[in-house]
Amino acid sequence: MLQGWVIVCASFAYIGFLFAIAYRADKRADQGRSLISTPYVYALSLGVYATAWTFYGSVGRAASDGVGFLPIYIGPTLMMILWWFVVRKMIRVSKINRLTSLADFVASRYGKSALLGSLVTIIAVVGILPYISLQLKAISTSFQILLQYPDIVMPQKIGTANVLNDTAFYIAFFLAMFTIAFGTRQLDVAERHEGMVAAIAFESLVKLIAFLAVGVYVTFFMFNGPADIFSQAMARPELAVLATPFGGAAGNYVSWIWLTILSMLAILFLPRQFQIAVVENVDEKHLNKAVWLFPLYMLAINLFVLPIAFGGLLHFPDGRVNADTFVLTLPMSERQEWLALLVFIGGLSAATGMVIVETIALSTMVCNDLVMPPLLRFTRARYMQHEPLANLLLDIRRAAIIGILMLGYFYYLLAGEAYALVSIGLISFAAVAQFAPAVIGGLYWRNGTRAGALAGLSIGFLVWGYTLMMPAFAQSGWASISLIDQGPFGIELLKPLQLFGLKGLDQTSHAMIWSMLANVSAYVLVSLLSRQSAAERIQATLFVDVLSQTGERTGFWRGTASAVSLQTLVGRFLGPARAADLFDTYARSRGVAVAEELDADARLVRFAEIQLAGAIGASSARAMVSSVVQEEPLGVDEVMAIIDEASQAIAYSQKLEEKQAELEAATRDLRNANEQLKALDRLKDDFISTVTHELRTPLTSIRAFSEILHDNPDLAVEERARFLGILVKESERLTRLINQVLDLAKLESGAAEWQNVTLDLREIVDAAVNATSQLFKAKNVHLDVALPTASAPVAADRDRLMQVMLNLLSNSIKFCEPGQGRVAITVSQDAESVRVDVRDNGVGIAKADQKLIFEKFRQVGDTLTEKPPGTGLGLAICRQIIGHFGGRLWVESELAQGATFSFSLPVTHLAAD
Amino acid sequence: MSLVLVAEDEPAIATSLEFLLRKSGYDTCLARDGDAALALAHARRPQLIVLDLMLPRRNGIDVCRALRADPRHAMLKVLMLTARGGTADIDSGLAAGVNSYLVKPFSTQELLAQVAQLLAPGSVVHDGDESRE
Repeated sequence: MLQGWVIVCASFAYIGFLFAIAYRADKRADQGRSLISTPYVYALSLGVYATAWTFYGSVGRAASDGVGFLPIYIGPTLMMILWWFVVRKMIRVSKINRLTSLADFVASRYGKSALLGSLVTIIAVVGILPYISLQLKAISTSFQILLQYPDIVMPQKIGTANVLNDTAFYIAFFLAMFTIAFGTRQLDVAERHEGMVAAIAFESLVKLIAFLAVGVYVTFFMFNGPADIFSQAMARPELAVLATPFGGAAGNYVSWIWLTILSMLAILFLPRQFQIAVVENVDEKHLNKAVWLFPLYMLAINLFVLPIAFGGLLHFPDGRVNADTFVLTLPMSERQEWLALLVFIGGLSAATGMVIVETIALSTMVCNDLVMPPLLRFTRARYMQHEPLANLLLDIRRAAIIGILMLGYFYYLLAGEAYALVSIGLISFAAVAQFAPAVIGGLYWRNGTRAGALAGLSIGFLVWGYTLMMPAFAQSGWASISLIDQGPFGIELLKPLQLFGLKGLDQTSHAMIWSMLANVSAYVLVSLLSRQSAAERIQATLFVDVLSQTGERTGFWRGTASAVSLQTLVGRFLGPARAADLFDTYARSRGVAVAEELDADARLVRFAEIQLAGAIGASSARAMVSSVVQEEPLGVDEVMAIIDEASQAIAYSQKLEEKQAELEAATRDLRNANEQLKALDRLKDDFISTVTHELRTPLTSIRAFSEILHDNPDLAVEERARFLGILVKESERLTRLINQVLDLAKLESGAAEWQNVTLDLREIVDAAVNATSQLFKAKNVHLDVALPTASAPVAADRDRLMQVMLNLLSNSIKFCEPGQGRVAITVSQDAESVRVDVRDNGVGIAKADQKLIFEKFRQVGDTLTEKPPGTGLGLAICRQIIGHFGGRLWVESELAQGATFSFSLPVTHLAAD
Repeated sequence: MSLVLVAEDEPAIATSLEFLLRKSGYDTCLARDGDAALALAHARRPQLIVLDLMLPRRNGIDVCRALRADPRHAMLKVLMLTARGGTADIDSGLAAGVNSYLVKPFSTQELLAQVAQLLAPGSVVHDGDESRE
């Protein structure tokens, strides 16, 4: 029923449809209306990660290891969390430098090293060959199985077939043709392929639909839903064990961890993933959605893996049917020919998507990093006069595509039969994982050197080859099996699968441990021991700091060139028309009418180099540009000097910024200080004006009476005596006033001298009472003193405290009615303070005035009576003094109810001697 | 005989003023604050008031304004005494209608000369703000 020609025609029709999509997307891109500029297409195209391995192999893995197939999908999902940091940085670096491949990326990071580019290319090609062979194997197997429809016959061993009768060979050949058509169709050798991306995204959709269709069919039509499958499986002990993690044969947790790490690295460093995620990325912002869309895709495509695996094991209990083929053989056994065909197309999608992108990525590497550098170096003179080189570039890439697919086919012949699909894929994963130290280190560690990267990559690659690649050949019979069983020359320690006696691990984990250990150590150690060249240092900074760089780098470049020669050079590779276009656009952006008038400055040279880099890779572009530019050689010392200068300039501008901030702060402080000074100045003016007034008052009396006495010698004796009495009193008032003003000034300016000792407050009160006893008697004011029995120790200056007590006592006398006055002094003490209350039964102070009396020159009294004697400074001084001792002075009073002046001082616990 | 009202709250200064004015042949009366000064001015109708600027209750400027607002005191001369000597005080005094002023501590001779001049017949009657411009 399903004739060979039906399958072949369906396949070609499908591929033709892909071309239509690609063609349309390219057209749209040319019109500037990109079809792929959406995060959904970006996320779907990332689904190129899911290849025939996923499509057929996951079920095979699940049938032998149960949930052991999962790490390959958990890894990328975990990696998505880091993507935002790592991939965003990779995209930024690649866009700025127009990097075209992973090899270009590594070469560029380490000083545009052609050697490193070649090494990465070789590792990538050799490492990926098994993976390509896996796809060939998957397509050819599924084709052969489908050909036998409705019988289910496993295909015969490939070794027995003639190459020309081998389906895989033709598949490889046609895949090469498709890839050439997809990837090297454009005349313009730009690094991006919008049409291809659109086709890949479509393929991701097709394989997902096909897989879900089989899953639904097996789960819900062959069985009665997942519960039915699982309960049937659980009934069989040999199947039940598969459903538990770490339960399968190779499924211990160490290999879970290593497989997860491995796939985390693979999603970053597989050339096709780099191509899609970084090179073909249209907009960095697409990452935002892709980081959850892609894991969602992974989840969807894995949803039915276990049901299909268990379904297959239950349906084909005799083990005659290879589990890798369950996806196809289950619908076939139920005679669902259209579903089977859909599955085949889905598998074809998975395989062709991978092969196309992977091969394009690899061919770009081979062309730009392996073929072009020596070609340009050895034949520079000839090629400079050659016809436009764009065609040469395309030819090289086409040859590379054919070469890579043929190599993949030969690997399939050599080793394809010995391994299941998944195991073949893991060999490739482990190979590309070797890029991790150089790339991630290169992005985040400024001191990683070219030598370090070379050392790490080389040794990692060698260990990989020894522990994974060689055993694969040996097990396929192409190398001596004794090498694996006994080790080279019978040295046990060097056995490739148990290196240095490391046993009990699966082959991949074992290889990963040794290769990564060797790789990372070599990279770090050699980097630390070697010095970076000037170019490396520049590139290292450019890569590591890419996210913090703004604007265009003009670069460290000196030399002479002409715009025309640069344009001609670019034209050789990109075609003269496109070059003219690019240069004219650039000229306009620089405000110059035509490209010929451009100054061939560092920027233009860099512009040209970047345009070339998009076509031939960073290191080749560098070489080409330097061939038309009379570059003055920059020595390491000079570059160091330039870098030092730059860093000095940065440090200087940072200092300037700091200085500016300091200045602003200082200005602010000064402004505040100025305001304060102005306020103080006003206060001072007020004070001086008040002081002047207060001084003039006694002076007026003194002058007036002096003149009266002088001018009236004939005054009566009593009158003379009265006037002289006034003179004496006013002179005393003046003296007191001057003293108190000076005293207050000293207190306020902090110039007063204090001799603080521990005092018993009771003694001070006693002394003050004694000193004023005459005043009390004179005004006939009664005095009560209540002192505690215990000492009341405070730390204070004796004379100052005495001054306060005297002031309070004389105030209390002053405001008492003569003859009826009563004053009471109380000293009390609690845990923290000692308190003195001076209570009188005088006129009292209105609430509104209670604050005023502590201000300078504010006196409150009954104005109908005489103005109270005194300067108006006493309480202000008292408050200053008590404040200085850490205490408080206040008043409680009602008008006509007397007043209580109180102060409290902190008690000192050092008892007085 | 001219009556001079002394409005001064400092007892010593008031004593000296009264002594000096009486000695020169004027009658005097004494007010210790602004309100008393206004009341006495209404009651006694002095020809001259020696008015201290810093009086309790109602300061000299306010007293002067109140007097100037009262047509009964159109002929009254005001001699202001100020202890501050600031131009601001003097200006506001003059604006309020003061005829002359003295800064404390004053010369007794200067005081008597000014009093005599203000009380002399034909002396310039108060004519508002322009008196000393």
